[in-house]
Amino acid sequence: MPNIEVAGKSYETDEEGYLVNLADWNTDVANYMAQTENITMTDQHWEVVNFLREYFEEYQIAPAVRVLTKAIGKKLGAEKGNSEYLYGLFPYGPGKQACKIAGLPKPTGCI
Amino acid sequence: MADIVAPAYRTIPIIPALIPGAMEGKGPFVASEKINEAIGFPGQLVEDWHDKAIAKMGELLNKYRSFRVFMDACVHCGACTDKCHYFIGTQDPKNMPVARQDLMRSVYRRYFTIPGKLFPKLVGARDLTREVLDEWFNYYHQCSECRRCSVFCPYGIDTAEITMAAREILDSIGYGQKYSNEIIGKVHKIGNNLGLPGPALNDTLEGLEEDVKDATGIDIRFPIDVKGAEVLLVTPSADFFAEPHIESLIGYAKVFHATGTSWTLSSLASEAGNFGMFIGNYDQLRKIALRIREAALELGVKRIVVGECGHAWRVAYSFWNTLSGVGGGAGEVDRFAQMLQKQLDHRYKQPTHICEFTWDMIERKALTFDKSKNDKHIITFHDSCNVARGSRMGDLPGGQFEIPRNIIKAVANNFVEMAPNTTREQTFCCGGGGGVLTDDLLELRVKGALPRMEVLKQSVDEHGVNFMATICAICKAQFTKVLPIYGFDRKMVGGVHQLVSNSIELGQK
Repeated sequence: MPNIEVAGKSYETDEEGYLVNLADWNTDVANYMAQTENITMTDQHWEVVNFLREYFEEYQIAPAVRVLTKAIGKKLGAEKGNSEYLYGLFPYGPGKQACKIAGLPKPTGCI
Repeated sequence: MADIVAPAYRTIPIIPALIPGAMEGKGPFVASEKINEAIGFPGQLVEDWHDKAIAKMGELLNKYRSFRVFMDACVHCGACTDKCHYFIGTQDPKNMPVARQDLMRSVYRRYFTIPGKLFPKLVGARDLTREVLDEWFNYYHQCSECRRCSVFCPYGIDTAEITMAAREILDSIGYGQKYSNEIIGKVHKIGNNLGLPGPALNDTLEGLEEDVKDATGIDIRFPIDVKGAEVLLVTPSADFFAEPHIESLIGYAKVFHATGTSWTLSSLASEAGNFGMFIGNYDQLRKIALRIREAALELGVKRIVVGECGHAWRVAYSFWNTLSGVGGGAGEVDRFAQMLQKQLDHRYKQPTHICEFTWDMIERKALTFDKSKNDKHIITFHDSCNVARGSRMGDLPGGQFEIPRNIIKAVANNFVEMAPNTTREQTFCCGGGGGVLTDDLLELRVKGALPRMEVLKQSVDEHGVNFMATICAICKAQFTKVLPIYGFDRKMVGGVHQLVSNSIELGQK
């Protein structure tokens, strides 16, 4: 499996650059992942990433898109609680791109 | 990945210029040891893969008479060549259905026919070398098992079955595909393709109840694991998770609510999809199907209804009877299948497609609609391959084409057809079916969507179409991804029951 080097430490990732070990995640890794996805992390990005991590800790899976938009809407205001806002932050798809930065496994299936 | 661009529309949609090797080495990720072993396959390519692969091929040739006939029958007439969306989009001659099949047929000739054993060069027979094996892995994952080419084959050769056989052989020697095998592992371990555990599912459904209440003012329930419910709804797990899939789930719930039907989902059978079919593995196919029987027996339901999922409906309609005892045909000694047969109410079709359910209720006038609620949409319908060519609905031939269209026309005012040589039994695959709906195959998926996008563009230009309805979770996910690459809005795709949900009148009946 390929590895990434961040701040002098080595982390194991899968073929698509997702972290293999969830426990390895830290903000340096998140920033590195964001960079590889051409995303500059802002507070808005962190809100989403932090929510994903909290949700994952409780349910062992990333939230459904609808659950995510609702939670963001509650936190940041209704005008941001929609998938356009999330696609604006994570153009390749909030599910996959944000999960990668949050160090969560990639959701796969018929999605 | 981000630099994948859509191929240009063809001026005249005929056979494209050939680009030999265009898609060489562009196959999917290989499954890891961990993924393979979790579902009982060898972890990695076994040392004696050559002998094992040939032995497996011999086993399949004896087990499936059809497979041997397909190996023998092709006369290379060429009727299938330009019928494949992947060939049209990639221009790789090995993606002509006949050429893709010949990757295996040439090996078959070498090991299983007398001329091929004696004079291999004369009859185009090839040894199974490592290069040939890699070619199999590459190109048999560039087929979505959609069977459009089979419609045009004068011998009725089912290309999908050859692809399935190839994948079955590859899995048996530890050379499987990551995407499909990982998902099959999740079904067994967690209960659905997405790996959505029970608590997450419950949380999602509770959230949906709130959302629908906010939107309609009515308490629409999304019940789960309710014993004694009449209907068990089995739907793709994407319906709980993704957009636009979830809009159709809301549609099903509204239909059940408005018709006073007692229904339930099941945490055990929280997946309609069955990737066992995609990899051509009967044992996996059956094992996945049996979860639904177990849930049905446990909950004591009288009917099993299947949500908007193309290949699931093929498995349900065509194979569930002998796999699990839903419908007729359970073996006499299959105790649990017999038990389920007695439990189910045979005044209804077993299984029933959600479109059959809804259309039946519309015909009985148990549902009313405010069609103007869909007036912002000019709608067309994309037939999903497995529904179109692997199943049926209702009591009349072609019911699988008419019923979804009838529903759309009953719930909306603006419906137009796409070009007739690309719909119904001649429909083009969305480009993401059969186990290729994965990011590592995105280039293939974008190129494979070309013929459908060309026709969609035509209907957009001529009729102002702004909504393409479909009844398959894979189609919905694939189009959401590729529509923007072709310059369309990703929200143009949605489910038939999304349209139902928009215009159904609640609380009046």
